[in-house]
Amino acid sequence: MISIDKVSKHYGSFQVLTDCTTQVRKGEVIVVCGPSGSGKSTLIKCVNGLEPFQSGTITVDGISVGDPKTNLSRLRSRVGMVFQHFELFPHMSITDNLTIAQVKVLGRSKEEATDKGLRLLDRVGLKAHAHKFPGQLSGGQQQRVAIARALAMDPICMLFDEPTSALDPEMINEVLDVMVELAQEGMTMMCVTHEMGFARKVASRVIFMDQGRIVEDNATDAFFGAPRSERARQFLAKILSH
Amino acid sequence: MYEFDWSSIPGALPFLWEGMKVSLEITLTAVIFGIAWGTALAMMRLSPLKPLSWFAAGYVNLFRAIPLVMVLLWFFLIVPQLLRSVFALDPNTDVRLTSAMIGFALFESAYYSEIIRAGIQSVPAGQVAAASALGMTYAQSMRLVVLPQAFRNMVPLLLTQAIVLFQDTSLVYVSALADFFGTAYKVGDRDGRLVELLLFAGAVYFVLCLAASQLVRRYQKKLNAHVAH
Repeated sequence: MISIDKVSKHYGSFQVLTDCTTQVRKGEVIVVCGPSGSGKSTLIKCVNGLEPFQSGTITVDGISVGDPKTNLSRLRSRVGMVFQHFELFPHMSITDNLTIAQVKVLGRSKEEATDKGLRLLDRVGLKAHAHKFPGQLSGGQQQRVAIARALAMDPICMLFDEPTSALDPEMINEVLDVMVELAQEGMTMMCVTHEMGFARKVASRVIFMDQGRIVEDNATDAFFGAPRSERARQFLAKILSH
Repeated sequence: MYEFDWSSIPGALPFLWEGMKVSLEITLTAVIFGIAWGTALAMMRLSPLKPLSWFAAGYVNLFRAIPLVMVLLWFFLIVPQLLRSVFALDPNTDVRLTSAMIGFALFESAYYSEIIRAGIQSVPAGQVAAASALGMTYAQSMRLVVLPQAFRNMVPLLLTQAIVLFQDTSLVYVSALADFFGTAYKVGDRDGRLVELLLFAGAVYFVLCLAASQLVRRYQKKLNAHVAH
């Protein structure tokens, strides 16, 4: 589904990603973790071309992201993405947030889009809030709407960029519950997150990054049981000690 | 001691109203075209295409570095001739109003474009990323996501600029165009009551602009309350 091959990226002389290589197969859930500044967010943004990269190739469903001939907008409309800061459109109602891209990008009718949007809103447990504006919802609720908005496009895979990092602790679980359910239904997912409980529960593999490199790419049980790299061991010791 | 005599004002009110209509007409067209062309300039300025960005930067810097009264004067000297030759108009057709409108619109768009550019930049980059991630093209993300938010943030500044613009319309006196100020001057000159007429005209500008800026302030408070919510 997603294939990342020897991807490198630099801002001027600063190397952000070095020779990153990995695959995400259909139906897999991959968790990407690592210390801040390790390049994990940058890597996931390269997957749908939000961040350009200088060398290497990324293909999604057989389409090369870095190829200048690729219609990136079209590709992105098939890849869902959820952001750390939700990024709902604050000047639109929840319903409009859910329907605008369906109508303007996919060309669906207003009725069809609304129907689909409200069904997904119900699924994330927020049907009663359809007429509100993003500013009237809590962070956790906004993030669930953002997930519903991405799902409304019928994506072939979903990218999550630290979806719970900006949330108050008591709101993290409501978002993770939605993500776990999605994973169990077989959605292909690539998630940048520090939620190790989530990783243990649903991840097929865990990728550990440090200083722009993929240091470890391991099956979930093996990663938590006996990480191969010293750096990952230290990282796990720090975040799991509490 | 100067003795005030306000008696020529009541009779002159119909003329003054005609003049006020001219002032408002110039203001309104300059605001509408200024915002439209200013938006285009702001988007060019922010465009990754260097020539567009340079053109917009040059335009804005040029108009912001020249006094408005000179721009207006050039327009009165050049544009009427141009319009007459292009449209083969009768030499007696009065195109002063049109050239004043064009002059103001082109001049004000430089200021509007800077306000709009700041407004566009005030929208977080994550919003563009989210719009792109949903498959929107650059144009769609601008039109549907960025500009609506930018304009909502900018409304108070745009209105304040319109108030300044309304005051600046008095500069059309250089072309002897009968706007509100010009009419007041002419009437005062005719009746030998220049001091009274100009005081009256000043009072009218003051009341109108003060009232308008109070309205803007109230709107801004409402907007801030809405955002805080």
